[in-house]
Amino acid sequence: MVMSARIWKFGDDIDTDVLAPGRYMTAPIATLAAHCLENVRPEFAASVKQGDIVAAGANFGAGSSREQAVEALKYLGVVAIVAKSFAGIFYRNAINLGLPVLECAEADLLADGSMASLDIGSGKLQIAGHAEPVECTPIPDFLMAIIADGGLVTHLEKRFAGETAS
Amino acid sequence: MTAKPLTLAQKLIAKACGREVVNPSEIVIARVDLAMVHDSGGPRRVKPILDRLGRKVWDRARVVVITDHLVPAADDQSRAIQTLTRDWVASEGIDAFHDQMGICHVVLPEQGHLKPGMFVVGGDSHSPTGGAFGAYMFGIGATEMAGVLATGEIWLKVPETILIEWIGRLSEMVSAKDMMLRLCGELGLDGGKYQAVEYAGSAISALSMQERMTLANMTAELGGQVGLVAPDNITADYLHERGIDAGDTGQWRTDADAPVMARHTFDAGSLEPQVAAPHSPANAGPVGNYESIPVDVAYIGACTGAKLEDLRMAASVLRKGRLAPNVKLMVAPASRHDQKTAAEEGIMSVFENAGAEILPNACGICAGYGSSRLGENIRCISTTARNFRGRMGAASSSVYLASPYTVAASAIAGRIADPREFGGSM
Ligand code: SF4
Repeated sequence: MVMSARIWKFGDDIDTDVLAPGRYMTAPIATLAAHCLENVRPEFAASVKQGDIVAAGANFGAGSSREQAVEALKYLGVVAIVAKSFAGIFYRNAINLGLPVLECAEADLLADGSMASLDIGSGKLQIAGHAEPVECTPIPDFLMAIIADGGLVTHLEKRFAGETAS
Repeated sequence: MTAKPLTLAQKLIAKACGREVVNPSEIVIARVDLAMVHDSGGPRRVKPILDRLGRKVWDRARVVVITDHLVPAADDQSRAIQTLTRDWVASEGIDAFHDQMGICHVVLPEQGHLKPGMFVVGGDSHSPTGGAFGAYMFGIGATEMAGVLATGEIWLKVPETILIEWIGRLSEMVSAKDMMLRLCGELGLDGGKYQAVEYAGSAISALSMQERMTLANMTAELGGQVGLVAPDNITADYLHERGIDAGDTGQWRTDADAPVMARHTFDAGSLEPQVAAPHSPANAGPVGNYESIPVDVAYIGACTGAKLEDLRMAASVLRKGRLAPNVKLMVAPASRHDQKTAAEEGIMSVFENAGAEILPNACGICAGYGSSRLGENIRCISTTARNFRGRMGAASSSVYLASPYTVAASAIAGRIADPREFGGSM
C-alpha cells in the first residue's frame, strides 16, 4: 500500500474564520486559500500537497456557513478530513462539494506529519508504521452517492438529466 | 390508540415531509417553505450553479433576498456583488428583496416572513434565529442553497432534541445573551451536537421575541442545528403587529412524554452577567472574572446584539455615565426599522450624546468587513456572537463577548465592568 498522504493534525474547534478569513472573502479562491489556517499554522497553505489529509479533534469547521472553508482546503489539495466530530454546516458543505469527511473516534491516535493511506468507502485509515488501520465511521450511502458524483451540483445534473429522459 | 409523543422538532420536520411521524436518525427529504439568502453567500454564489443546472428558483414567492454583509459597498468587488444581486433578483422576479435594510436574521421576521410551523433554510450560520418563532430554520452553505433553490427540497437527518430549561426569572441587567454565553461556557461549542436544541421554562416564556431571537441565534455557537422556542401569546402578538395570523400555536410544542436526548436545567435567578474571553464563545464566565481588563473599543452591533431591545438595554446604562476617555464606542443598529424606532424613543440620541460612532444597519465588522475593522492589538468588548481569532479585524486583536448592558457599562468604565454597578434600569 502506498502511504502517500501526509497527515496535517489540528486541535479542537478549528473554526471557519481561520479556514477562510473574513477579510479575504471577496477575493478569488487562490488568494483566500493562501491564508487558510494561517492564524493557527502559518506554513500550512504553502506546504500542504495534493493528496494530503487533514486530521483534527472535535467540532472541525465550527462557525459560519461559508463554503470557502471547504473550497480553500480542496484548492490546496486536501483529499479528505478525518476528525473526532464536525460542525454540522461544515459537514454538509464538504459533502456538497465532494470532499470526504470522516468521523473518527480514534482521531487522537493520528500524529502530525505521519504518512497514511485512506480507503474512503470502508473508512479504514492505514498509518505508516501501524499494524492495524484506524477505523473511521463510514459515510452513509445517501451521502456517499453525492460524494461519488463529485458533489451536489453534478449529482443534481444527473438527476435532472434522468427526469427529462424518463 | 394514542398518538406517538413527539418533540417540537419532530413535529415541524414531519409536517415538512408530509408525514405523521419522523424518527431520530432517519434521513428524510423535506419540502422547504422559505429560503433566505444574503449578498455574501447568495446570488453571487448560487447563480452560477443554477445557470449550470439550467434552472430558475423553484418558487419565487418562497425566496427572500437581503443585503447586509457587504453593505455599504466599500470596494469594486463588493459593488459588483451588489449589482449582481439586484440583477438576479429582478431576473428571477423575486419580490421579497430587502436591500440594505438591516441584518438578514432581524429583517426576516421584522418584515413578516416567519411564522410557527414553517420549515426554512437560510444561507447563513445564524439562521437558527428563526427558531424563536417556532419555525424549523437552519443554516446551509451556498451549493446546498442552490440545490434548494432548484428543487425546493433538502435532506436532513432527523435530530434528537436537547431540552434546555431555564427556571426562575432573570435578574435586572441580565439578558438572553448572558444565558447563551453561560450555555456556551457550560456545554461547549459542540454542546448542541448538531441536534435540535429547545429552550423552555418560565424564564424563557417571560422573554420578548427579540430576546428569544438572541437565544435561538446563538444556538449556532452551541453547535445545534436549530434552536427552538415553542410559540405562545408573545409570538402571536409579535406576528399580529405585522398583520400575520400565527394560527394554532398550541400544536407546536414538545409532547410531555416525548423522549429527548438530554435535559439540562439552569436557574435564571442566580445567573450573573457573563463575558466570553478571546478567542471562543465557550471561554465564558461571570463578569467578575474579567473586571480589571481595559478595553479600547465597545461594539454594539450584529443580529445577536443590536436589535431594538439590545439598543434599549445599552442606552439604559449609557444614560448613567459618560464614555471613558480612551474608549471608542461604535453602534450599528441591526435594522433600519429598529434604528427608526430607537430614534423615536430617544435612544439614538443617547448614543450620539455619548460620542458613539453610528454605523450602517449591516453586519459591518462582525463580518470582518469595512473600514472600522479592529486594528493591531485592539481589545474590544462586543455584543456580537463570535470572537474567533481575527474575525473582526487584525489577528492580534482580541474580542470579549457580552450583553448590551455589559458592553455599555464597560464603555463607561474603560474596562470590563459589571452593569449592575450602574444600578437598576430606568
Ligand atoms: S451580524 Fe454577524 S453574526 Fe449576524 S449575520 Fe451578520 S456577520 Fe453573521
